Amino acid sequence: MFTLGPLGFATPALLVALVALPVLWWLLRAVPPAPVIRRFPGVALLIGLKDETTETDKTPWWLLVLRALAVAALIFGFSGPVLNPQPARDGSGPLMILLDASWASARDWPRRMARVDELLAEAARADRPVAVVSLTDLPAGEVPFRNADFWVERRAGMEPAPYEPDAQSVADWTTRLPAEVQTYWLSDGLDHTYRADLTDALSGRGPVTVFETTRPVLALAPPELRDGVIHLPVHRLPGLPAQDVEITAHGRDPAGVERVLAQGTLSMDTGEATGVLDLTLQPELRNRITRFQIASERSAGAVALTDDALQRRKVALLTGREGREGLDLLSPFFYLRQALEPVAELIESPSVDDLLLTAPDVLVLVDIAQLGELESAQILDFVNDGGLLLRFAGPRLAASDIARSEEDPLLPVRLRIGGRTVGGAMSWGEPRRLREFGEESPFAGLRIPSDVTISAQVLAQPDPALADRTIASLADGTPLVTRKFSGDGQVVLMHTTANADWSSLPLSGLFVEMLERLAVSTRPAALGAGALAASQWQPERALDGFGQVIDVSDRPALPGDRLAEGRFGPDLPPGVYRSAIGSVALNIGAPDMTLSPANWPATVTVEGDALAEERDLKALFLALGLGALMLDILAALWVSGRLRSATAAMGLVAIMLTGTPAEADTEADDRLAQIATSEMVLGHVLSGDSRVDDMARAGLLGLSRVLYARTSVEPGPPIGVDLERDELTFFPFLYWPITEDSPIPSDAAYSKLNRYLRGGGMIMFDTRDAELAGLTRTTPEARRLQAIARPLDIPPLEPIPEDHVLTRTFYLIQEFPGRHTGRDVWVEAAPPDAERADGMPFRNLNDGVTPVIVGGHDWAAAWAVDDGGRPLVRLGMGVSGDQQREIAYRFGVNLITHVLTGNYKSDQVHVPALLERLGQ
Amino acid sequence: MNDRALLRSRAEELAAPLPALLAQAEQLAASVLPGAHGRRRAGLGDEFWQYRQATASDGGARIDWRRSGRADVHFVRETEWQAAQAVTLWVDTSQAMAFSGHKTRGTKGARARVLGLALSVLLLKGGERVGLMPGLPPRAGRAQLDPLALALSEPEGAGAGDYGAPPLAVLPAHSQAVFLSDFFGPADALREAVGRAADRGVHGALVQVLDPAEEDFPYQGRSIFESMAGALRHETLRASDLQARYRERLAERKDMLATLARTTGWQVLHHHTDQPPANALMWLWQVLDAGRGR
Repeated sequence: MFTLGPLGFATPALLVALVALPVLWWLLRAVPPAPVIRRFPGVALLIGLKDETTETDKTPWWLLVLRALAVAALIFGFSGPVLNPQPARDGSGPLMILLDASWASARDWPRRMARVDELLAEAARADRPVAVVSLTDLPAGEVPFRNADFWVERRAGMEPAPYEPDAQSVADWTTRLPAEVQTYWLSDGLDHTYRADLTDALSGRGPVTVFETTRPVLALAPPELRDGVIHLPVHRLPGLPAQDVEITAHGRDPAGVERVLAQGTLSMDTGEATGVLDLTLQPELRNRITRFQIASERSAGAVALTDDALQRRKVALLTGREGREGLDLLSPFFYLRQALEPVAELIESPSVDDLLLTAPDVLVLVDIAQLGELESAQILDFVNDGGLLLRFAGPRLAASDIARSEEDPLLPVRLRIGGRTVGGAMSWGEPRRLREFGEESPFAGLRIPSDVTISAQVLAQPDPALADRTIASLADGTPLVTRKFSGDGQVVLMHTTANADWSSLPLSGLFVEMLERLAVSTRPAALGAGALAASQWQPERALDGFGQVIDVSDRPALPGDRLAEGRFGPDLPPGVYRSAIGSVALNIGAPDMTLSPANWPATVTVEGDALAEERDLKALFLALGLGALMLDILAALWVSGRLRSATAAMGLVAIMLTGTPAEADTEADDRLAQIATSEMVLGHVLSGDSRVDDMARAGLLGLSRVLYARTSVEPGPPIGVDLERDELTFFPFLYWPITEDSPIPSDAAYSKLNRYLRGGGMIMFDTRDAELAGLTRTTPEARRLQAIARPLDIPPLEPIPEDHVLTRTFYLIQEFPGRHTGRDVWVEAAPPDAERADGMPFRNLNDGVTPVIVGGHDWAAAWAVDDGGRPLVRLGMGVSGDQQREIAYRFGVNLITHVLTGNYKSDQVHVPALLERLGQ
Repeated sequence: MNDRALLRSRAEELAAPLPALLAQAEQLAASVLPGAHGRRRAGLGDEFWQYRQATASDGGARIDWRRSGRADVHFVRETEWQAAQAVTLWVDTSQAMAFSGHKTRGTKGARARVLGLALSVLLLKGGERVGLMPGLPPRAGRAQLDPLALALSEPEGAGAGDYGAPPLAVLPAHSQAVFLSDFFGPADALREAVGRAADRGVHGALVQVLDPAEEDFPYQGRSIFESMAGALRHETLRASDLQARYRERLAERKDMLATLARTTGWQVLHHHTDQPPANALMWLWQVLDAGRGR
């Protein structure tokens, strides 16, 4: 291939044609643009006039240049120019294309695949055996060398894994490498533990070429919730330039739709390897978040799934009965606050009402024996609806008579009188220790510190159900924590106090852990290995290599050991796993991870992004040449005086450049909104028929003028409204002329219309046909109106009754003519219970402005005026026509007054005056 | 097609524009309401002029008894003298008149004919005698309208030459004449025709009908201008350069017309085809009216 700087040519022979350009130059200069022959009588006056300049005799130089460029571009185009042609790769024998295929490769996977394609194409040309090997998906046995076609087919199925290659497997595989192989390694740019060994092994077997891209690797560590602020650490390779990282939080909104709930931008300085984005979110919002993601990255490392650690539950503390002041360390609330505050939203109030209004997850009652009847019922409802009622015992509960003979719905067990005290000054025996938690207990697996002792408790009445309800007990078997399910919720009683009076439990870490297991609080940090190992974990959601969340709930559960091991693999992809004790998210990113760049020995050739992609410029040059020829057409026309006007030229150019004239939709909408809201404006719905639309506009213009002259309504010029595009709420009144082929609005437009009608807008449908139907009983327009109006939210209609408010809002009228008269005009029907009061000429119809008026009188034509204010359409004959127009205007005035004043005129205050006038 | 059919189709073709032209002209004429154009002295006519006392020379039949009954003396009713004048039209029918600079405008010839015929209608209504050069001597009465209309409805460009000049016909002495043309033809012929007419005491008007394109010369680029018949040719490489000088020459031509008019006592009107014809007709009417008043 012949190359010229970064350009290469497939068929350089064609370039010889460039020599012909000067010939073309000479040829074009010799041929002037053809003259236009014009018939012109004034030529008699022209005879004898000489041209002052003779330049245009020849083609102007710039036109020559344009043409020469066009031809040159075409010659270049056909000679097959290629930018950055790839030098042919020498070498023979087997070629191994090695892919890291880890999460860090996903960020520019298509680029890598394109590179693989190039390599495969080269290998196919050289007829070399090839193997494509992903380090995350190592082939069993020998390296599979095949011909390139075999891999081209399988290439599409290759995907990056959402984890790193396993160092041990890679080491095993290294031993199976063939003795002689050339390697092309598409590295993910990170330093992995296996990297050095594998490089050594490969270098010993043949030349190694490494391909790396410069696109930065970003990893998002799982969020940490501290003091109500979410900390999101972002890691990248050190020594990179400053960068803004946008992080989005995804989750379901209240409607259940997956969407971005929050976002933040982290600015990383030059060289900084780790940055932390702090997000402060409402607990409601925070609880909805299912994952965080670096917005511009497609990789499993750029996604951090969230688990229970981010969920904060609302815990309500009923505090009113706190009798003593100033003794914080003795207050049971002190210990609860200490335990709960870092991990839950605490709400404290002396009023059960207030607490339940905040919809807490847990309600805590500390040593409260008796509740009011109403309060009890409220709390019972709360529990039955899925709430957790957590009660602590204490002196007052022990002293009360509650749940002695029969079970209290708000206590899990019946209690014996008095309780017991062990190990005190006046009693025998030692303070009791806790017994190991049973398998069934929610506390299973918690380690019991040896210094936790219980010295006093309330005792449960022996009962057949007691054993089932006990979830923790003392070493001697007496129940310490009992639980009862009630409805969807549960009631839990700690048989001891929440302060250190009766036991040392609140002083220990076990207290916090127990509360956590009771789902009172959230886990402050990652689960310990012990907790992980204790149970089976069911995968819920997992990430693929590109960071897409996939549903994996159909996969078998994993033993806790595997999770505790923490090594990702095909069986353990990063994702969310759930067990009885909660959910845990396993993420690629970790708070303390460091990313370091791969180190390559000098023997290895490293190719990077600088290795620009081969780019075929043929199409570009041909397009340039054609574009120049297009311009030449215009220019030639212009030179010979045949291009009529500059605007036509601009139009042509614009069409060539953009294809179609662009529409500035949003801008237009804004302007419409401005016009429509700066003054009161009547609107008409565009029917698509320009004559009808013009008439509607002229009609509303005429009506607007009359309103301006006679009333205090001062409308602006009317506006045509496109139902699909424009906002309707700005218009108090819409005139809608219906033609035989009016377009049916789209669903979106219908919902807009219905919102408009419910929101107090009025639409006047005009079929403009005077309902002259002939034999078919209905006119085509009326049928169209039916079709259009069917999905609209229109109430029952009736012909305008004599006492309708429209007959007297401004003028007293009984007819509603437009260009046509007669026939009924329909409005919303009066309520059936409207009755005429004695002595009143009108029924009491105080409420309801009709949302629609339906008729066929072609009102717009009667109202229509031209810009000079003269009527556009002739009505009737002579004076009677003028009279009809006047009445039509009066109806219009009444109509708009009705629209704007609502039912005000239906008020009865004017009745005496109206009566008097009617009587005349 | 046999000969008779051919003849008939030709005749119909010829007659086709006639009613349209006539209707157009009549409509145009209707916009000018002619009053009485009396000579402001007693004579033969329809309009009342004055009552004067009867003298012995007046015959008994001439006495207006109704007026005389109210006085002791006898009165004679005199009418105003309304002598009919002869007006001769010349409408240029040369090829140049078939030009129209834009498809929305009619040709200059059409405008000239409409103006001529409308003027004829008006004059004939007023009782004047109207003739058309060449070959149609002035006659009065509605009957003259048909030959006039027929002569004016000849197809455009019926005249052979590129440019027309008024024929050197002998006009009735002290009559009036109206020449409608673009006056792009040879200036000498025009001068001679007007000069001869003026010698016989004929007054009149020159109406230069031009297309706006001829006034503005809105052409650009390399062009070859041809006269309508193709006899004259002028090639230019940059038409826009010629604009100023063309206008200069047009102004000279107009100046020539004005000078000619001044020396002969005629009037000149420059009329463009994009202007309403009624203005030109009104102007013509007033000019002829004034001429008749002398």
